[in-house]
Amino acid sequence: MTTAFISVQGLTRRFPDVSGRGELTVFEDLWFNVAEGEFACIIGHSGCGKSTILNILAGLDTPTDGHIITAGKHVEGPSLDRAVIFQGHALMPWLSALGNVELAVASRHPDWTRRRVREHAMKYLALVHLDGSEAKKPAQLSGGMKQRVGIARALAIEPRMLLMDEPFSALDALTRGALQDEVIAIRKATRKTVFMITHDVDEALLLADKILLMTNGPKAWIAEIVENTLPRERSRAELHKLPNYYPLRNHLIEFLVTRSREMAASSAPAPAELRSPPLVRPIATFAPYGAAASAPGPEAPVVATRLSAAHATAA
Amino acid sequence: MTQKWLGLRAALLSLALCGLVLGTWSLATSGSGAPVKMDPEYAKLMGATATHGKSAMPGPAEVGAKLWQHVKDPFYDKGTNDKGIGIQLAYSIARVGLGYLLAVAVAIPIGFLIGMSPLIGRALDPFIQVMKPISPLAWMPLALYTIKDSSISAIFVIFICSLWPMLINTAFGVANVRRDWLNVAKTLEMGPGRTAWRVILPAAAPTILTGMRISIGIAWLVIVAAEMLVGGTGIGYFVWNEWNNLSITNVIAAILFIGVVGMALDQLMAWLQRLVAYAD
Repeated sequence: MTTAFISVQGLTRRFPDVSGRGELTVFEDLWFNVAEGEFACIIGHSGCGKSTILNILAGLDTPTDGHIITAGKHVEGPSLDRAVIFQGHALMPWLSALGNVELAVASRHPDWTRRRVREHAMKYLALVHLDGSEAKKPAQLSGGMKQRVGIARALAIEPRMLLMDEPFSALDALTRGALQDEVIAIRKATRKTVFMITHDVDEALLLADKILLMTNGPKAWIAEIVENTLPRERSRAELHKLPNYYPLRNHLIEFLVTRSREMAASSAPAPAELRSPPLVRPIATFAPYGAAASAPGPEAPVVATRLSAAHATAA
Repeated sequence: MTQKWLGLRAALLSLALCGLVLGTWSLATSGSGAPVKMDPEYAKLMGATATHGKSAMPGPAEVGAKLWQHVKDPFYDKGTNDKGIGIQLAYSIARVGLGYLLAVAVAIPIGFLIGMSPLIGRALDPFIQVMKPISPLAWMPLALYTIKDSSISAIFVIFICSLWPMLINTAFGVANVRRDWLNVAKTLEMGPGRTAWRVILPAAAPTILTGMRISIGIAWLVIVAAEMLVGGTGIGYFVWNEWNNLSITNVIAAILFIGVVGMALDQLMAWLQRLVAYAD
């Protein structure tokens, strides 16, 4: 285990419930780490508090209990070191694509001249292949292009980590694929730490190094941490041909379809277990398809190997 | 193509309607009754009004001639009660402009404050609710008594009537800026001043401009009444003065000028509105 770059410690968030008298616990006592340069995805159903975790990480929300440490510092509000890519792109519609990125750059570097800000912003628009469209307003851009501007804006402030809240969920499959390729390329070039929320199992398998599975809310917890056992160099086209792809995918889908619900219905694990969620590495067995008749369920060739439940957490 | 034809057809219809109105007006005011038998000397003195049952209302031709006369020489000044209509309109526009700009200077900052702080918003709400429905002219005696200057009192009345739509719209626009945009500002560590200037103001600008457009309309409505009360100068005073002179021709001409200037002010605001509008 490398040293934790993002360390989530005992995170709890409660909201006042509808009546205003009681409280609704979204999640309680969450613990997990993300190493520097690691790409972590979080998967879970709506209402499990994924976005709340991201908002707390971004400094836009405050936890009821517990805390998050990033890069050795306590998270106490938003920071230019943690750039957020919003689900609904959140571009300012009165500014051009360039204006949106410039606003971010000028916030990072208030002492820069106008020209330097412009050049820096243009560099990042070119990175997401939007040079030529810089003068267009968001309303004149397609959904995919808008999200590209959002990515350029996030990268242009040169943050230490990227937080992405279902960035591609509003896009059609083709555009989403193109943007996923973009993210892979950018990741390769910058090695940034990324924390991303997604609903899309394939997206998680394509992009993430590790995948956090959350049980259904309320009172959600991290059920397990799935290590992506696919080789680092992977592409969308080749993904489904990789030997471990189906075991991983089936494991994730099975969790989303049945286990996330079943686990939520049972009582939460003991605090000691919550502190170190089990690490799981689904891999293909050598048994070919037909030979696995004894294995239960439709996900026949899957073996979920539990490595160690006691993987280290940052103290 | 159809759009072009629609425009042309609408223009033709407008012209036809205009002709119809002018024609009816002309017919209704031309003397067509039977000649009244009277002493020719007396009839000459009384004119067509008495002899042919002609209405005292001027016809379109008379009003047209008067309008042309005003347009030809709008800025003459022959003493207190005989100034060109251009001068009178300029007085009114200046009063509206002054009162309105004062209202902008007060309403937009306070609107921002109300929009950004729910505490201040709720604290000020009862005052706004009570003050808003008061007819601006009801302030006139109080203004005259405290300010002791009729011209400034008129400006105050314009100020007070322009204030509310702008204040309420600014507060509404500021309070309803998209959460996402504010979150972007936060994650970019923008200070409150920079957030207000670079995010909230442009985001709320269309709503603010809508309030400003309503305000200028109300201000132009109110100035005529206010000037009738305070007297001296201005288009409102001109209308009242011509009524006292029993010059209906001048009254009608002034009404038309009031309409044209009101339309121009509204179009100016519409242009500003288009300037700050954004497609989402």
